[in-house]
Amino acid sequence: MAAVTTTPRQKIGWGTANFVVIALAMIPVLWLVSLSFKTPTAILDPSFIPASWTWSNYTQILSTTQFIRPLINSIGIGVISTFIAVVLASMAAYAVARLRFPGKGILIGMALLIAMFPAISLVTPLFSIERAIGLFNTWPGLIIPYIAFGLPLGIYTLSAFFREIPWELEKAAKVDGATPFQAFVRVIAPLAAPGMVTTAILVFLFCWNEFLFAISFTSTLAARTAPASIAYFSGSSQFTVPTGPIAAAAVVITIPIIIFVVFFQRRIVAGLTSGAVKG
Amino acid sequence: MSTTTEAVPGGATTEVAKGRKAPLSEGARAERRLGWLLCAPAVIVMIGVTAYPVGYAVYLSLLRDNLELPNAVKFIGLSNYGAVLSSPYWWQALKVTVIITVISVAFTLVLGMLLALLMHRTLFGRGTVRTAALIPYGIVTVAAAYGWQYAWTPGQGYLSALFNNAAPLTTEYKALAVIILAEIWKTTPFMALLLLAGLSLVPEDLLKAAKVDGATAWQRFTKITLPLMKPAILVALLFRTLDSFRIFDNIYILTGGTNNTGSVSILGYDNLFNALNLGIGSAISILIFICVAIIAFLFIRGFGASAPGSNLGNR
Repeated sequence: MAAVTTTPRQKIGWGTANFVVIALAMIPVLWLVSLSFKTPTAILDPSFIPASWTWSNYTQILSTTQFIRPLINSIGIGVISTFIAVVLASMAAYAVARLRFPGKGILIGMALLIAMFPAISLVTPLFSIERAIGLFNTWPGLIIPYIAFGLPLGIYTLSAFFREIPWELEKAAKVDGATPFQAFVRVIAPLAAPGMVTTAILVFLFCWNEFLFAISFTSTLAARTAPASIAYFSGSSQFTVPTGPIAAAAVVITIPIIIFVVFFQRRIVAGLTSGAVKG
Repeated sequence: MSTTTEAVPGGATTEVAKGRKAPLSEGARAERRLGWLLCAPAVIVMIGVTAYPVGYAVYLSLLRDNLELPNAVKFIGLSNYGAVLSSPYWWQALKVTVIITVISVAFTLVLGMLLALLMHRTLFGRGTVRTAALIPYGIVTVAAAYGWQYAWTPGQGYLSALFNNAAPLTTEYKALAVIILAEIWKTTPFMALLLLAGLSLVPEDLLKAAKVDGATAWQRFTKITLPLMKPAILVALLFRTLDSFRIFDNIYILTGGTNNTGSVSILGYDNLFNALNLGIGSAISILIFICVAIIAFLFIRGFGASAPGSNLGNR
């Protein structure tokens, strides 16, 4: 806490600052919400609050496979990638946090490199490889690169969490005759669950957000994810820009993020800050 | 990356280094094997998806390989690099990328620091502020970019209306300003969270002592907080700089790279999917990779002992 006693002036100062931040964060989102409820004529009126309201933008996008299918793809690809990335990252992070073995530094260096890797550098070669081995425009064609980019995030966040775990319990389990692997699965994994949930949220947000691979490695609705599909929306005729439906789709894919952020604010902040200091 | 590799086996592992001449005990060898076994799947995926394709891109970049002319594939050495480096498009894209990176990172550093201080110190509503700040961080960049695009469309957007029906997305520098604005809005919270991590490491007692000694708030910030946060600031700057350097989503939606607003990532994408040129596209990929490696190298030289990851193994 900054001050022992707080004056009304301080309260007003911090309160104003809070308000400015909340407003700046929310206005662009509320603008999308406003657009998504505007009728086609109201869209041509720049006022922030719709002059006339309609649900038709939502009914339009939610009744077409053009958006529903990508939404399913996004959820499926996101969940599978997140699950695999968190499992693999937990194994590696356990080793980093707990075991002595040569090559640990190389693993950490590699994860760091990949965290900073320019994704565009992979687009051309992966596009070519995926076409050659039949992964182009399939779920695994996106899941595999998402796992690779989720892993560094996962390894950092999880090894930070794993160091906070009371390891005497593991020793106790080993004294009782458990192998190191059993100690990992039976004793440590349950204690590590909160860190794993946090990591899973962060990795899922990454997959949900990803756009470059999603437009590069897909060509049809078979694997195209929701953000990519929005970029391919077309109007009811080629002369209308589908502003309303695009805004509605943007709001739909923002809803899960709002839910995560509202319910897991503490975890997300803890996850991002722990990875930053220690990683 | 040598700094990270060297620094890691400190602390807990020094005993191992000392006893390395002695044969490993059965337990130590089992631990080693388990360590490798647990890391193997992650390492295989990371190498398979990055190192191998980059190697393949190096190979592709030496070929004339146009998807429209599948029978004309031919080894042409470094000609693709020559073609890219002598093309005004590459230098224009690099210029745009550097402008966006420098300006947006500078702004996010200052704004991120202010936001971090607020998230750290505000007297009430801390949870609400943090939750609100996480929304730009979490929101899908494409969704937010459409919001900005419509907001700046004349006759349709509130921001355009606010500025006399301005149409900034149709001219080069104003469009860049909108792209940078979208980038700053989206990434300031991430910067703030990275800085918040450093801020929480500044001992409260030290600040109180300085206050008792009569240091002003500004003096406490510049003389105590900032120096102690230097490692966190460098990490945040490194991540944000490299992240900004690969900017793609915002530009793709806001301008599509028209009016000379394309970044190097947009150029690479267009070369593959519009020009269908694997050779040139790969050469661009490798050049971007080299740029990123140079930036990372310079930052890591600047880190010295505080390189990210250096304390992972021994904390």
